[in-house]
Amino acid sequence: MNFSRRHFFGAATGLATAAVLSACGSNSGGVATGSSSAPSAGASGTGKLLQWYHEYGEKGTKEAVERYAKAFKGADVTVKWNLGTDYMTLLATTLLSGNGVPDVFESENGATLDMIQKGQVVDLTDTVGADTSKFSKPVLDRMTYQGKIWAVPQVVDMQMLYYRKSVLEKAKVEPPKTFADLVAAAKAVKTDKMGGFFAGNDGGLGVLANMLIWSSGFEQLNSDDSGLGFIESNFFDAVNAYRDFYNSGALLTSASKDWFDGSPFVNGETAMQWTGLWALNDIKKKWGDDFGVLPFPSIGSSGRQAVPFGAYGSCAAAKGTNNNVAVAKDYIKWLWIDQTDKQVDFANSFGTHIPAQPALVSQASQISSGAGKEAGRFRGQAGSCLRAAVDQHHL
Amino acid sequence: MFVYVPIVWSAYLSFFDARATIRPTQFVGLANYKYLLTDSLFLNSMLTFIVFAVFIVPLTYVCSLALALALDNVGRLRAFFRSVFFIPTACSYVVAAMIWRLSFFNGARFGLMNSVLSSLGFEPVDWLGGSNSWYWVALVSLRLWLQVGYYMILLIAGLNQIPTDTYEAAAIDGASGWRRLRYITLPQLRATSAAVLMLLLIGAFQAFDEFYNMLSTAGAYPPYARPPLVHLYLISLGGSQQDLGLGGAGTMILTAIIVVFGLAQNWWVTRPDRRQQ
Repeated sequence: MNFSRRHFFGAATGLATAAVLSACGSNSGGVATGSSSAPSAGASGTGKLLQWYHEYGEKGTKEAVERYAKAFKGADVTVKWNLGTDYMTLLATTLLSGNGVPDVFESENGATLDMIQKGQVVDLTDTVGADTSKFSKPVLDRMTYQGKIWAVPQVVDMQMLYYRKSVLEKAKVEPPKTFADLVAAAKAVKTDKMGGFFAGNDGGLGVLANMLIWSSGFEQLNSDDSGLGFIESNFFDAVNAYRDFYNSGALLTSASKDWFDGSPFVNGETAMQWTGLWALNDIKKKWGDDFGVLPFPSIGSSGRQAVPFGAYGSCAAAKGTNNNVAVAKDYIKWLWIDQTDKQVDFANSFGTHIPAQPALVSQASQISSGAGKEAGRFRGQAGSCLRAAVDQHHL
Repeated sequence: MFVYVPIVWSAYLSFFDARATIRPTQFVGLANYKYLLTDSLFLNSMLTFIVFAVFIVPLTYVCSLALALALDNVGRLRAFFRSVFFIPTACSYVVAAMIWRLSFFNGARFGLMNSVLSSLGFEPVDWLGGSNSWYWVALVSLRLWLQVGYYMILLIAGLNQIPTDTYEAAAIDGASGWRRLRYITLPQLRATSAAVLMLLLIGAFQAFDEFYNMLSTAGAYPPYARPPLVHLYLISLGGSQQDLGLGGAGTMILTAIIVVFGLAQNWWVTRPDRRQQ
């Protein structure tokens, strides 16, 4: 296995945490450069578009997006496939420098606050138009700032807890629905050869920080978005409970790959792992029916089960290399709103993902049965969309 | 163009609130400097550098000198052994960091080092996870492997500068072994050693590649083992935040510290000459 769409979760989770922690006292800049208004659309367009993607790990994805681009009749679209794990940094510095700026690009959970406030991206509200209702509302809300839509969701991903049915049965423990159950189960199944639960080589805090908020019954922000929403004793109890888990020895703190890769679970290094829906296919190949999926268990008396989900969003640059904003908007609408067959192909043929338009979910075979279908159910019942800087910085 | 312009521009940005812009308008004076010099995270990154330098600088120097002295006495196959020890220098820090991370110091039970430990009856170690300090072994051993050959060559060049008749005179007087090393070789190598130590120290200050590639994950970096450049990178370019003012101020502070070390080294090297005068 290798890295994939999963990267945005790591970055977005860290970003969300950092944003939450610094929300009330963050340096909001105040430097006035650039413009927040969109330039005149396609004033001197060249008939070409440059589109950026980050490196997707699943084989065939690059060829697929190049096929999609070639099928667009409105412009000659060149796809740039950016290798490595620092896509968002590369994107941010490119937009800042103004050299080689892509006309269309994907961005983790939509445009960042910097991109919007510095006028680096254009408003796509009119592009989505009446199609707003076709998208999953929480996902589209994540790409909306001050009532305007700044990105069109491409595909939805989520994280969940995978467990080995046979291992838990042998230890006579039930699939955990509460955090106390998870700790008990991890202790029961742990052996010299196999860890109990794995959520990252940093002990899991990086990816689970937000889960500790949501699963203990809170949100990152309070109801009117005027402050933090989780500074309560139950949350501190959750953090303490996780620390005790970390020190218990039942939490596997070191594995061959990190949380976003299903390899530790596939290799039998752990009986339970927190990873992404994208790993489902590889896990199914290895374990067949001998695995199940769960949301993150509830913590404490006011807790609830939760799963995070989010999406890459397609943005149009205000000052792209080809200065073709109108065509860039057309392309985004064509590919990520109208071309439903390509969207299903993108979600279903390379790893396991959820189409951003709920009406297309039934066409995605990987999530229409078994664990994939369960995952879709979690998203509906226990999903919390990753909320990051856009939500936090205007406090 | 590629050296002086970025330096001057960084200095310029360091006096501005330059968030997500390279053409700032809001002058903030020394606020960025004041922030960094009172920021516990930045000060911790300096502590990380000191810990790293305390390990890597003397260790590399001693190993390089030992290799240089050993090869100086090798008659046949000298060129072969020099090449063998120099070859790792040609390896990329990024590539080496990936090998160290994925193979040697992989935290899984079947990682190379853990397999060795298991075969010796020890428990597997969480090498890079931050639950202990074993990540220093990975970080220091990688840099040592990569740079020891290069400094070995510099020290061999220094050894070749020592007149052979000095050794011959010492031999006639009965000096050999440790006394020869203590009273002839090391004093004669003073200038070379000072240059090597200075380069090692600057290199430690500039440490980034092995830290970032061995410890970062999925676009994030753990809170431990953050040397100054990694910390400044995360502030100024990490994730989607771009505080170039703070980043510029940090690089100016690091430059000032390196200049101080440079002056100290110069003072140390020229001290015997001043004494003679």
